[in-house]
Amino acid sequence: MIGTWAQIGYLVAAVCFIVALKALSSPKTARTGNALGAAGAVLAVIITFAAYKPDNLVPILIALVIGTVGGVVGSRRVQMTHMPQLVALFNGVGGGAASLVALMELGEVHDGETIAAIATAFTIVVGAISFSGSIVTFAKLQELMTTRPITFPGLPVLFVAGLLGGVAVSVWLVSEPRVLVGVLLCLLGLAVGVMLVLPVGGADVPIVISLLNAFTGLTVAAGGYVLGNTLLLVAGTLVGAAGTLLTKMMADAMGRSVFNILFGAVRGGSTLGAGTVSERPVISGSAEDVAILLGYAHRVIIVPGYGLAVAQAQHTLRDLVEELQGRGVKVDYAIHPVAGRMPGHMNVLLAEAQVPYEQLREMDDINGDFKQADVVLVVGANDVVNPAARTTPSAPIYGMPILNADEAQRVIFLKRSMRPGFAGIENELLYDPRTTLLFGDARESLGKLLTSVKTV
Amino acid sequence: MTESIALLTIFVLAAFVGVEVISKVSATLHTPLMSGANAIHGVILVGAIIVTGQAESVPVVIVGLLAVVLATVNMVGGFVVTDRMLEMFRGPGGAKKELRK
Repeated sequence: MIGTWAQIGYLVAAVCFIVALKALSSPKTARTGNALGAAGAVLAVIITFAAYKPDNLVPILIALVIGTVGGVVGSRRVQMTHMPQLVALFNGVGGGAASLVALMELGEVHDGETIAAIATAFTIVVGAISFSGSIVTFAKLQELMTTRPITFPGLPVLFVAGLLGGVAVSVWLVSEPRVLVGVLLCLLGLAVGVMLVLPVGGADVPIVISLLNAFTGLTVAAGGYVLGNTLLLVAGTLVGAAGTLLTKMMADAMGRSVFNILFGAVRGGSTLGAGTVSERPVISGSAEDVAILLGYAHRVIIVPGYGLAVAQAQHTLRDLVEELQGRGVKVDYAIHPVAGRMPGHMNVLLAEAQVPYEQLREMDDINGDFKQADVVLVVGANDVVNPAARTTPSAPIYGMPILNADEAQRVIFLKRSMRPGFAGIENELLYDPRTTLLFGDARESLGKLLTSVKTV
Repeated sequence: MTESIALLTIFVLAAFVGVEVISKVSATLHTPLMSGANAIHGVILVGAIIVTGQAESVPVVIVGLLAVVLATVNMVGGFVVTDRMLEMFRGPGGAKKELRK
């Protein structure tokens, strides 16, 4: 067993993690907290080398370097818009690592240690679920596959069969801890993970990432139990518990239940407007028309969305806002909590573009102002202003609080095409007679608007 | 058996701490918090090192090394990504500080 000094070192690392998590819940302390967490992790790794004196030292160090380079390069290079899928990917590989560790431990489970065997089975299967589920969420966010819920008639049966199979094989594994049984359990977990995430629609994917994150935490905790390592146990449990609560908070922020998010599509075929871009007429205008609406308004509210960030049009938007303010127009940005691909993502994206923080107004703060707004300018957003969230119980986003853009006098959408938003549903507001559409790339459109506003 | 109970006690207490430390967080910070928690569970790296360090057969060592690589990516990448996100959360005061430098 390892020495007392190592145990105490692990305790210090665990405290670092607890303080880091605590600090992450306030913007003032978050960055320091994160650094403290990283310091705790480095300490934990150093203690492990010193206390366990592992064989295969050189290969392990090489693997560490490869992983570090991969992690740093991946996270430095990625664009802010792609952050959520990277988080999903990191979570997935963590789950995969936990699953592999438990598989390797299988040979070492002593007879009679039933609880350890149960924990091993748990780590293998849930780690595998987290791995494959995260890969599917990655594919959805990266739009490598459709962001719509995917269901097929046999899916619920297959899913339940996978779950029951997982329980059965776990029992088998506990009574007969053999590596082959473990591999079978791992494969079952992979299949269940895929089936769990396929039916989840684009807008709900972040919540699933959070849930899988909590899963990985619990597998790490179980791994800690198996290895008798208190640090893994504490850190994993912390993440498991915090992640579960965070998942619930995110779901609450969207006005949904976690159960509904996971299984809504399976239960009720809620794919409103799936595949049908309707032929109904819309009113589209030129940049000049829109510029007149904006230039002579008293009050304008801007709803920025993911499309704005993708087009890197934040700077042009800021110029347009300054031009409007120069003409005496009162302008605000309305930020929906789940604008972008993840809760809080839009704040990150706009902050990166140095949009003045004090102009960004949260949903609850600004929702009462839309009635007085002459014009709402929606740039690259769709789901967060979709009235279906209020009116259509069958819609996947039903119940999600939205920005009340439909209460304004006029609505302008800057859109690339009539393609539905990330949630894959049509927006009735697009067909409203008060709505004008300006088609094109957000940056080009905003550039044209800026030129036109200067001349009106 | 006492050791099992001790571990179970730690588990239950840590669960309460986990819920308690994030019980009040604004939606703005949901993503960095998720990402930070993600980095912390990368500490499975410790487990990967321990198990690989005890492994004797070549296939097991290879699987172990794969686990070490994955866990390191999770941990290092997780902390770096979280830091990059939090860097964006400089308030107006923070931005000014940057200018003064």
